[in-house]
Amino acid sequence: MNLMSSKKERIDSLAASVAEVEVAEAGTVKDTGGESLIAGAWRRLRRNPIFLIGLTLTALFVLLAIISPWLAPWDPAAQPLIDKVERQSNPVPGPEPGHPLGGDNRGRDLLSRVLIGSQQTLVVGVVATLIGLSGGLVLGTVAGAFGGWADALVMRVVDVMLSIPGLLLAFSLAALAARPSQWTVIIAIAIVQIPIFARLLRGSMLAQRHSDHVLAARALGVRPSLIVMRHMLPNSMGPVIVQSTLVVATSIIDAAALSFLGLGNPDDRRPEWGQMLGASQQYLNEHPHLAFWPAGCIIVVALGFTLMGESLREALDPKTRR
Amino acid sequence: MSEPLLSVRDLKVTFTRQGAEPFHAVDGVSFDVRPGQTVGLVGESGCGKSVTSLAIMGLLPRRGNSVSGQVMFEGTDLLGLSDKQMRERRGRDLGMIFQDPLSSLNPVVSIGVQVAEVVQRHRQVSKSVAMEEARAMLDKVGIPDPRRRLREYPHQLSGGMRQRALIAMALACRPRLLIADEPTTALDVTIQAQILALLKDLVSESDTALVMITHDLGVVAGMCDDVNVLYGGRLVERNMRHDLFAAPAHPYTNGLLGSIPRLDSARGEPLDPIPGSVSDNLPWAESCAFAPRCPSAAPDCLASSPELVPHGGGGTDGEGALRCFHPVVPAEVAR
Repeated sequence: MNLMSSKKERIDSLAASVAEVEVAEAGTVKDTGGESLIAGAWRRLRRNPIFLIGLTLTALFVLLAIISPWLAPWDPAAQPLIDKVERQSNPVPGPEPGHPLGGDNRGRDLLSRVLIGSQQTLVVGVVATLIGLSGGLVLGTVAGAFGGWADALVMRVVDVMLSIPGLLLAFSLAALAARPSQWTVIIAIAIVQIPIFARLLRGSMLAQRHSDHVLAARALGVRPSLIVMRHMLPNSMGPVIVQSTLVVATSIIDAAALSFLGLGNPDDRRPEWGQMLGASQQYLNEHPHLAFWPAGCIIVVALGFTLMGESLREALDPKTRR
Repeated sequence: MSEPLLSVRDLKVTFTRQGAEPFHAVDGVSFDVRPGQTVGLVGESGCGKSVTSLAIMGLLPRRGNSVSGQVMFEGTDLLGLSDKQMRERRGRDLGMIFQDPLSSLNPVVSIGVQVAEVVQRHRQVSKSVAMEEARAMLDKVGIPDPRRRLREYPHQLSGGMRQRALIAMALACRPRLLIADEPTTALDVTIQAQILALLKDLVSESDTALVMITHDLGVVAGMCDDVNVLYGGRLVERNMRHDLFAAPAHPYTNGLLGSIPRLDSARGEPLDPIPGSVSDNLPWAESCAFAPRCPSAAPDCLASSPELVPHGGGGTDGEGALRCFHPVVPAEVAR
């Protein structure tokens, strides 16, 4: 009996110790500085020189694409140097006053063509990425949200898409459309990107499916559609957003490669860097500058997007956070 | 005695995997919760307490699990409801709060939207009404300056605040039953006490029944009316709180009590943990699962399986129950 009563005292004291620590939180609220995820990433990025270089290059490129019609001294389709090409044995006119980079093999102003070429390059890169992203978002969301047989089905489709070489696809599309055009290039590049986005998104969606906050949302009776759209998708977008900046760079390079092989837009009145590069092939030995300018531009722009994408990934990746 | 609000009967959850023996995570658990009552489910990791709560909420994945038995809630068997019917009930009639408050909140959605979401879901109200309700709820769970907190994100809140926000979400539609799965395990001690005090106030104020899942007997001592002790997926002892602490009858319960560090124990006196781990368990089917770790095990413990025998004490059914051949006699009670 003695033992019993000592036990009773013990529970009472345990119970009291739990109950008696009063709610004394009000005065000691911790203010965490009010920094959102994006603000935190931006604070880290602002001090990252790599990101700043990438951002500057990208911003300059976009700006150039927008204002190039006013910057370019000549219409890219006009042939102010055509008589020189015809009169001289030299088919590529060199630099001269009014034409700082000289002309191309058809007497057109090279500087104007390089400047205006940024527009096509930007359109191809961005549109191809957007199409690839949308396709990947749809497939990845379906696979990641439903799981099970929907996941298996979508992923097999994605595997099939992954196994198609981009170049072959571009050839086939050009053949299907009767002639290659800017759109066959864009679509060929976009289709190659879809499975990459889809897999990336599916992976992070599946991780979200089993996360505690999705379980908590289910425990509150939240509808499945809202769980996918509000709780799973936004939390899975980080890697996808980063990937899209990297894909813009890949798309630009791919588009250049396709144009170089003659699968780009055959209409060379609207210049595009890859297509200019392709046209310069037969003059490479005597006139390397014809290739130098468009190739240099492609490299710089792709570098800009890649540097930006890589540093974005580092900034948003919790594992590399300090 | 009033009618039970929740009545779990012979609940079994079996994990089935291809190429592996089926594993009985919960093996015939029965207990009652009456309106306004707080009932504890106690046991160490792996004893089936979280699986029991997920089964009640209908949150176990479909594949790889088979759930049988009855979970009667106000006269309806929750296990027989469709997914859609169950979704209607979750959040409105049954609420649940989880162990880790940070990972249980969506990091990219503001607190206000997350609380208002529940209100909007279960009561057809406009967004602004739901937001106002969310503000009132945050105020009620003791979050200072709730209007500002509504716009903030989970990572901007302290641990205790986050758990308060989760409690606000779980209680926003005034469910009649709240299941708290180790709600204080991830919090530090002072915050633990605050959260427990808050839970206690809220459930008594709104007459909500609470199922408290914990391994912490201090929490049990402070909160629960009735205690169910689980071991290896089965109930081994049930009693009213005072009787359980005063006279633990099952050697496992006794061992749990003996494992708590105490301020009044003599300096240098070693703690008295239960030897071994859950992995030493024997199958319940032909023996007592706890026998290998039990100080009072005898040959008959290995030869046949003890039944859950009701006895005269307290408990949810008006009586306690015990599953043991050789209960602890009062003289052997740990310390």
